Amino acid sequence: MDKVYGAYLCTGCSIGDVLDVDALKEAASETGMEMQDHACLCGAEGQALIKKDIEEKGVNTVVVCACSPRVMQDTFNYGDGTITIRGNLREHVAWTAQPDEAGEENQAEQSSDEVDEFLQEMGEDYVRMAVTRAQKSEVPEPYKMEQITKKILVMGGGIAGITAATEAAKAGYEVTIVEKTDKLGGKALGWRKMFPTAYPYSELEQPNIEQMIAEVTGNDKISIKTETEVARIAGAPGEFGVTLKDAGAESEWDAPAKVGVDERDKIEKGEMEDPNTGLKVYTEANPDAELFGAVVLATGWRPADVSEYEHLGHGTLNNVVTNAEFERLAKQGKVPAKVAFIQSPGSTDNDRDFPYCNSVTSMVALKQAQYVCDDNGENAQAYILYQHMRTPGNTELFYKGMQQRDGVFMTKATVTKVEEADSGLKVSAEKTLLGDDLELVVDMVVLAAGMVPTTVDEPTINLAYRQGPGFLDLDISDGYADSHFICFPYETRRTGVYTCGGVRKAETMEETIDDATGAALKAIQCIESADRGVSVHPRSGDQTYPDFFFQRCTQCKRCTEECPFGALDDDEKGTPLPNPTRCRRCGTCMGACPERIIGFADYNVDMIGSMVKCIEVPDDDEDKLRIAVFVCENDAYPAIDMSGMRRNKMNPLVRFIPVRCLGSVNMVWIKDAMSSGMDGVLLLGCRYGDDYQCHFVKGSEIASKRMENIGETLGTLGLEPERCGVEQIAISDYDKIPGIIDEFVESVIEMGPNPFKGF
Amino acid sequence: MSDATKTGAVLVVGGGISGLTAALEAAEVGNEVYIIEKNPYFGGRVAQLNQYFPKLCPPTCGLEINFKRVKNNRKIRPYTMTTVKSVSGGPGNYEVELETAPRYVNSNCTACGDCAEACTDEIDNAFNFGMNKSKAIYLPHEMAFPRRYVLDKDACSADCLEAVKGACKYNAIDTEMAAETFTVNVSSIVWATGWNPYDRKKLDNLKPESSPAIISNMMMERMAAPNGPTGGKILRPGDDKEIESIAFVQCAGSRDENHLEYCSYICCMATFKQMTYIRERYPEAKIYVFYIDLRTPGKYEHFREKLRTDANSSFIKGKVADIIAEDDGGVTVVAEDAVGGGKVQQKVDMCVLATGMKPALGEQGKALGLKMDGNGFVVSEPEKGMIAAGCAKSASDVYTCTQSATAAALKAIQNAQ
Repeated sequence: MDKVYGAYLCTGCSIGDVLDVDALKEAASETGMEMQDHACLCGAEGQALIKKDIEEKGVNTVVVCACSPRVMQDTFNYGDGTITIRGNLREHVAWTAQPDEAGEENQAEQSSDEVDEFLQEMGEDYVRMAVTRAQKSEVPEPYKMEQITKKILVMGGGIAGITAATEAAKAGYEVTIVEKTDKLGGKALGWRKMFPTAYPYSELEQPNIEQMIAEVTGNDKISIKTETEVARIAGAPGEFGVTLKDAGAESEWDAPAKVGVDERDKIEKGEMEDPNTGLKVYTEANPDAELFGAVVLATGWRPADVSEYEHLGHGTLNNVVTNAEFERLAKQGKVPAKVAFIQSPGSTDNDRDFPYCNSVTSMVALKQAQYVCDDNGENAQAYILYQHMRTPGNTELFYKGMQQRDGVFMTKATVTKVEEADSGLKVSAEKTLLGDDLELVVDMVVLAAGMVPTTVDEPTINLAYRQGPGFLDLDISDGYADSHFICFPYETRRTGVYTCGGVRKAETMEETIDDATGAALKAIQCIESADRGVSVHPRSGDQTYPDFFFQRCTQCKRCTEECPFGALDDDEKGTPLPNPTRCRRCGTCMGACPERIIGFADYNVDMIGSMVKCIEVPDDDEDKLRIAVFVCENDAYPAIDMSGMRRNKMNPLVRFIPVRCLGSVNMVWIKDAMSSGMDGVLLLGCRYGDDYQCHFVKGSEIASKRMENIGETLGTLGLEPERCGVEQIAISDYDKIPGIIDEFVESVIEMGPNPFKGF
Repeated sequence: MSDATKTGAVLVVGGGISGLTAALEAAEVGNEVYIIEKNPYFGGRVAQLNQYFPKLCPPTCGLEINFKRVKNNRKIRPYTMTTVKSVSGGPGNYEVELETAPRYVNSNCTACGDCAEACTDEIDNAFNFGMNKSKAIYLPHEMAFPRRYVLDKDACSADCLEAVKGACKYNAIDTEMAAETFTVNVSSIVWATGWNPYDRKKLDNLKPESSPAIISNMMMERMAAPNGPTGGKILRPGDDKEIESIAFVQCAGSRDENHLEYCSYICCMATFKQMTYIRERYPEAKIYVFYIDLRTPGKYEHFREKLRTDANSSFIKGKVADIIAEDDGGVTVVAEDAVGGGKVQQKVDMCVLATGMKPALGEQGKALGLKMDGNGFVVSEPEKGMIAAGCAKSASDVYTCTQSATAAALKAIQNAQ
């Protein structure tokens, strides 16, 4: 596109009161654009001014130096073919003006024309950066796939899988269900009754799994492959190449384990066996693979092994069974009359439930207590021994009803022992509701074993990806293939794969149905986004994608290793093989690349580097140090906006440069800043660690590591490594940010000016 | 209804985390979506929370992403201060009459704040549960989307209105603005109308009005929030005393057939979260939690574990029977200890009632033809294109709400096909 620029300066919202407008325009002019000013660009007149230029002069690249890019987005949006670049003179400059130190009275005596030169220099730098950014921005062209398949693969044929398939088909999508056993239905086939699903939640319901199976079997949009497993899934959303195999069989197309750089080395030296011997390399395309657009993972769970709790006797005592085993007995016939249901392992220093329980096992015990009553009439004695009954939401109503049933006894209790007694099993407990210790003799003991997700035992999803076949970070969610975002429950680090049901959380049937419906939506959305060539969450709708200049690639593998979403595979030499529809557009690859060969149409190394270099650095004034602050645009940037809105002072020596994610910060920008004489560089990004808040999962963590390394590099140049810092900022830290920045600036001031200044 | 007459559009009623999620998930598939919110801002209840459990992250972080998604997506049309007046037509083609209440501030507003500076009248700050005042022209909170002021015209004197109008350089204040009604045609409607905190004044036996030291868990969220009435300080209302001891009264209204018969799902975890607020500010304060069951299942157990062993925290299984106001400004909490036996009387500086969720839609739901259950929750009827999401459907945590809202988006789209 031949760019025609139009640059505009808003003098409203006190910008024109505290800054020298002519000098700002001069700064734009020196950087290459003539800028017009207006008292209210967002008003009708201001808009008319810009639109007139678009119509008459063919302006297609608009620079608006006014308020934050986070506000008035609609107002300054002139359509898909037009680029708008915003310079934030309001929240980041005008509203951070420092009141005169001597107080307001003194200020009033000053001439109203007098402008704080520190503030003015800030404003001019933001104008220069906006102009530079506009000069370096291109209109993105969405990545269009040559062919796309919209068919959805559902792995697992239990309630979750059946629901996901049925719901996706109802929305018009073709689905294939792959189930490793010989029939659909999963665990639900073994249920005698289901939990109540409707108000007043008082009675158990007849299982409807047969109806569900009939519905899915009769749906001509859904094909069903039983006794089948997924060997590997290659490719990317819109074109996943899936190799299926007979359940239990071994295949040369089984997904290879991850072999890292160090492991590869060992294998080549003969120090380690190649775990992938006999398998096709992960990049090899199977010509017989079936194509799918997205995947729903619904492979469910297995009952937990509770034999480790030796005092409870599972595996050693007859008639001590798990809840899953009891359900099977109940389905087959009559259950015993006197049954104790133990909800917690009962250690004296801990009142937790068995692992992997969530709130399902409390309801299971209540349901099974009802079986005891149903089968044994007046002789029924069902004892539920719990630490905490977990029946959240409406399930409480069923619990309440069961408390009234004859034959059901419930108490908080710490179970200390289950042992054989003359006429059955003796259960000993203490700390009961009655205040006393308790001994019960029962026919059977049922332990509330949890639901272990299939992802604990094996990769399950079997991706043929460079970063390995399974999900990452499973340890922070107990092995469940779950999202770590509270607000975004379907987002994992594997784009186009959405998990639901027992593989992501121990869920009731009602929860599972909701969950599977949501997963089906996400699968559809991912496919449609791929079809439009735009990103999915969190940069939903972003038309840009990373472009690689491969001729200069040195196969260093940093990008392929660091991509939080595993979007980059590589060839035998290590040259990255991008999968744009897996990509979330965070730019971590761009930040990783030492050769600077990765960039986006509207965000690249040259652009940000040029913005850094256009900041004016006085080389003869010790009071005017300059500190570049790279700011995560998701959380830290809004926090700085809020700080401005609250009229907090902001240190005038810093210059904020928004980045997509700290992961995208290329270390060359730090070098650019230091070599252009700036005195320090600070990165502001999201919290990392187990409770990470980074929307791209790893960006802020990776950036911190890179900054440690660059600190060392600076050291070798005789510069203090402390000139480069990273701070973790939450979006709510707006009142703390000025202090955090002041502290960093103070530390740089103490170190003195960058000795390379002016060279 | 034949496909040809289906509008394909979706209406989402409620702009909290569930409504936003349902709207965005549907729009990002490619459907047209209207989202309406009765408050002057989007974000709903979660906007009032200081942090989410269990990650202790600020809700505004996720809201910021969602607002960005709304701003970037032309398929979504957001309306604040807007409610449903009537629903007619049928599945596939509902005609919904909507009404937008006057904001008295038009789209010229730049949120510069000059009006509030000039405004002389104050109102109770509803966002902070009346714990402080705001100007009668105000931005509901810092992160409010849309970023536009709202005027409580009735609270203003004529002089004040003049001053406010005079202060605005952008001609944004329009005191003559009237309510507007308009109609949208949609295939399906997602009801994400959320919840209200259960009215603590109804808890007679706990005498919530007998002492300012008795607050609700939602009030605690506002106190702990940096943009709250106390700037994030947790002080006893009334005398601003720093806290040396505090009691949390669980199931205040929930699991109680005289009030809410269901479990409100979040209050146990909310209390554990609020214990961290106390610990952060008062490392030595005594904390007493009175509970029936501690419902911190699944991954939430890890969170409880961190506080379970806290030396200065006690957990007492027993429902609180009485709260007695004391002369020194504190209160005594009276409960039966269900395990240890006997009556517990614990004097504390402050007491938090873990009040639960009451579905917000209320009687209006039935009038609009919705199926409601005995507790006022909306029952989905997907075949009719009427879909419930989030806490309108059942009491849930945020994670479950966003999950259910995503599911609701698919049910809505199916009907729009």
